[in-house]
Amino acid sequence: MDITIPILILAIPLFMFLLLGLAGVKMSHKLAGTLGTLGMGTVLVLSYYTAFTYYFSGNPEFIDGTTRLQAVIFNHTWLQFTPALAIRIGFLLDPISAMMLIVIPTISFMVHVYSLGYMHGEKGFQRYYAFLSLFSFSMLGLVVATNIFQMYIFWELVGASSFLLIGFFYTLPSAVSACKKAFIVTRFADLGFLIGILVLSYFTHHLDFLPMTQNPQAVLASFEGVTFLGASGLTWALVLIFTGGMGKSAMLPLHIWLPDAMEGPTPVSALIHAATMVVAGVYLVARLFPLYMLEDAALMFITVVGAATAFYAAMVACAQIDIKRILAFSTISQIAFMMVSLGVASKNNVAIHEGLGYMASMFHLFTHAMFKALLFLGAGSLIHAVHSNNYTAMGGLRKYMPITHITFLIGCLAIAGIWPFAGFFSKDEILSACFANGTFWGIWMMMVAAMTAFYMFRMYFLVFWWDNPDYEKEHHGHLPHDPGFAMTFPLIFLGIVSIIAGFIPFGQLVTFDGHEYHIHIDWSIAGLSMGVAILSIAFSAWLYMKKNDKPQRMADSCRWLWTAANRRFYWDEIYLFITRRIIFDGICKPIAWFDRHIIDGTMDGFAYVTNKASYAIRGFQSGKVQMYIWWYLIGAVVLGIITAICVL
Amino acid sequence: MDYSQFLALKQEIGLLIVFLLVFLYDTFCSPRSAKAVPMIATVLMGVLVAWGFCPVVKAPETAFAGMYVTSPVMVAIKNILNVGVFIVLIQSVKWANSEFTAVRRGEFYELILLTLLGMYLMISSRHFLMFIIGLETASLPLCALVAFDKHRYESHEAAIKYVLTAVFSSAILLMGLSFVYGLAGTLYYNGIAGALAGRMGVMLSVALAFVMAGFGFKLSLVPFHLWTADVYQGAPTSVTSYLSVISKGSAAFAFLVVLTQVFGQFYAQAWEWMLYALIILTITVGNLFAIRQTNMKRFLAFSSISQAGYIMLAIIGDNDMGVSALMFYTLVYVFSNLAAFGVIGAIENATGKVDMTDYNGLYKTNPRLSFTMMLAMFSLAGIPPFAGFFSKFFVFTAALNGTASAALYVLVLIALINTIISLYYYLLVVKAMFINESDSPIATFRSACSERLGMWICVAGIIGLGIVSYFYDYLLTVVA
Repeated sequence: MDITIPILILAIPLFMFLLLGLAGVKMSHKLAGTLGTLGMGTVLVLSYYTAFTYYFSGNPEFIDGTTRLQAVIFNHTWLQFTPALAIRIGFLLDPISAMMLIVIPTISFMVHVYSLGYMHGEKGFQRYYAFLSLFSFSMLGLVVATNIFQMYIFWELVGASSFLLIGFFYTLPSAVSACKKAFIVTRFADLGFLIGILVLSYFTHHLDFLPMTQNPQAVLASFEGVTFLGASGLTWALVLIFTGGMGKSAMLPLHIWLPDAMEGPTPVSALIHAATMVVAGVYLVARLFPLYMLEDAALMFITVVGAATAFYAAMVACAQIDIKRILAFSTISQIAFMMVSLGVASKNNVAIHEGLGYMASMFHLFTHAMFKALLFLGAGSLIHAVHSNNYTAMGGLRKYMPITHITFLIGCLAIAGIWPFAGFFSKDEILSACFANGTFWGIWMMMVAAMTAFYMFRMYFLVFWWDNPDYEKEHHGHLPHDPGFAMTFPLIFLGIVSIIAGFIPFGQLVTFDGHEYHIHIDWSIAGLSMGVAILSIAFSAWLYMKKNDKPQRMADSCRWLWTAANRRFYWDEIYLFITRRIIFDGICKPIAWFDRHIIDGTMDGFAYVTNKASYAIRGFQSGKVQMYIWWYLIGAVVLGIITAICVL
Repeated sequence: MDYSQFLALKQEIGLLIVFLLVFLYDTFCSPRSAKAVPMIATVLMGVLVAWGFCPVVKAPETAFAGMYVTSPVMVAIKNILNVGVFIVLIQSVKWANSEFTAVRRGEFYELILLTLLGMYLMISSRHFLMFIIGLETASLPLCALVAFDKHRYESHEAAIKYVLTAVFSSAILLMGLSFVYGLAGTLYYNGIAGALAGRMGVMLSVALAFVMAGFGFKLSLVPFHLWTADVYQGAPTSVTSYLSVISKGSAAFAFLVVLTQVFGQFYAQAWEWMLYALIILTITVGNLFAIRQTNMKRFLAFSSISQAGYIMLAIIGDNDMGVSALMFYTLVYVFSNLAAFGVIGAIENATGKVDMTDYNGLYKTNPRLSFTMMLAMFSLAGIPPFAGFFSKFFVFTAALNGTASAALYVLVLIALINTIISLYYYLLVVKAMFINESDSPIATFRSACSERLGMWICVAGIIGLGIVSYFYDYLLTVVA
């Protein structure tokens, strides 16, 4: 494939970032927004072209008979340290990166369009678009990385652009602390990632993905006999790399930043904290999956973390008031689904092909990106209408905002896994993979899926049904209404995608080994999970359809649980305790004392002596020329004496 | 007599032609067209700089029975001085045409060009008679230059101090040289080296000490530096910048030649230890005084004293790398110091202010000047990636290159500690400009075209020499 288009895919968003970032202040809001959106639209077209070429052109570069190949379009050596250690920037096309080339530009473009309406008139509108372009550039660079170091560079760049966008409203203290929290937590996790990269490359002597993933046995051989604390060296490397993924994908216990990240503008939450950046961790594991397959311990770790996170986040989501927080926890829970799906795709799993879990995970990544972006944008539309994030300020909105209502309902049905919406297909594959690995995981994840349906419809009913507050009085005569076309268009588009995405023949396009995978829906599992989901929806309808005191009584009957879930099981408090009491007070304060008194004291001592010496010798420069000459003579004579002593 | 030997003096003859053209024009032109003198002198100097870059000397050539020698290294150091003088001349155009100076602007240019000729001879001589002629040609016109602002009291004071000290130091130097002559019976450098080989005595060590004291005056090494601050402060800023950069650079190179070629045999025993003591004293005392200065010119005087100490580090290693490090240091010092003096001169010409407190809040009113000054300070302090970092680095490396004793490591350590002290006072200037608030900052003004051109060249040099390795590589090949 010609390299022009892949280069443009990366270059256009970067150029847009520089243009809007540097010259944006001189532009009008309209011009900046249009330019950003047009740039993203171009990237969208080019990425679609690239992805379709990859999947459907039949080019021998991309497909060999029925096997899809991994193609390196270009791989430029950027820094060559030693013959073995080089940092390259390249473009890798394979089933998953081509899929991400559809997901990222689609969502990003929709968010660009949506923001034209949502961010209208905000201060720093141009800056916002510049950051969106930066994020798109970084995310695209991440998914097409040909080597782990390029991925790491762009990984940090998405972190930085996420930081900038969460803190976009930098005058709000909550936004500032949220963006700091997100950055620090993910950076902390990336430390593990970096160590993992270093361990891996130390043994394999290179950083490129393809030699690793196409010949995993060689990697295993290079780790021959390396063990540390009872686990093999490769397991350590993979678990450490996964730590980075845990941070970005908000897995327990590094999930604490994502709910707070909702302080950013809602479209940003849709783009970064629902559809693209947060799945980077899943993508990372998928990218290195042939290596993970070698180590059951690493896969087990992923499964356990994912399963715990999925359950935890679903519990918390049931007890939140802020609709964006509910969606945030639902995102955490759904990403955990993808992680579990990868984790259970072990090669020792004789009951079913190991490609199922992998394929299901990617499928869910794809569909989830669409319907979760839809839900976030719908939430943005609600917030736009009632100026509050809390469902307590909403209710009965179905009459006022029909488009938002219908699209939101589609999103909820999709995430609940109701046929024929997109989520049904991907979630069914995940549950099949779980059951194939072990009945425990299957039942556990099915329970989480039921909770998903419950909390999503709890939100849906509370927002669109329930009570009917007196909007006219609260909003000074303005009734809430559907937003303009710029905002409804993305909702409608993503709504349609959420309906039909499930029918994409995903098994033919994205599979673990490039071979076609025949999806056959296991109706015993599918029927069961859908039945459970419908029961959950019915339960939440019974509770929340009409205003009543049943929810209150339920909460009262189990007050401690409700409070704990509402307070997110006190994770933030635990973190604060550890950082403040143990790290700050216990470790940092003594060090700071040492620094301030001993080290600074020494330095101050030097400075004091220097200053005193400078003061003491000031008489030397007397200003009297006869003294100058005396000193001169003394100097010459002393020099002579020194020499004489040395010589004799 | 073989007149073809005059061909070896290409650079001197070129400079002489420039001098004569300026002199004749200044003498015979009408008073109205005298305004063009600075322009003509500067342009001619520019031509000389350009000409100097045409490589004509491939191998060492001698003239006047071996009293004069030229070689690619000499051409290189003379070119560096030319560049420095060119910048000084550019920066002085406005000052030379100002009301009080206009009457005698011609003299300024003639005297400057004459001193440069003296320095050329000083560098190229291989005979002490020639050397003394060059030294005096370089020194006497400087006295007149220091006294150039004759209506200003400080200028008088500076000149009289400079004359008295210069005469005294010349006397000491000549006394040392006459001892040398008495011991060796010749004044040729190589003749002396040959005659003194293996002979060490009290007389010779006294002679050596006196010669070093003479150079110590030119280089303002402690304790022969006491004139520096008063003269730098009192002299017109253009003259000060000339004194601090050009005069010092040429003297450093001549010092290197004399020490290595004449007294090279003494290395291990004698002048290493003298220089060792002088370097420590110079860097430390220069720094300690610089900390307390408030007058910018006086401040730069002490800064240049300690910089001279660093230059000496290149000599103490006594190797080829030292020669290139010294030349590179001089080149970088030309740009850094002239950038600083350019800013000081521009501000002085516009407002008459030279105190550090006057610079408070300069960034708000004159951001570009502040930026230039900041670069100059960073370069002088040796902050990467600016040129000053590399020049210091090479000087340190040169000192430790070859068979370095533990004492040399201690010396470099002391020099390094002193760079930290120097960072303090260089950053004081930056702090004044960028951080300190002022109720009455220097008003925004637009400096003259010539001043800006000079500063642009300096800034380009500070950044260019820092990130382009070509120049240093070139100097290395020249020396090898």
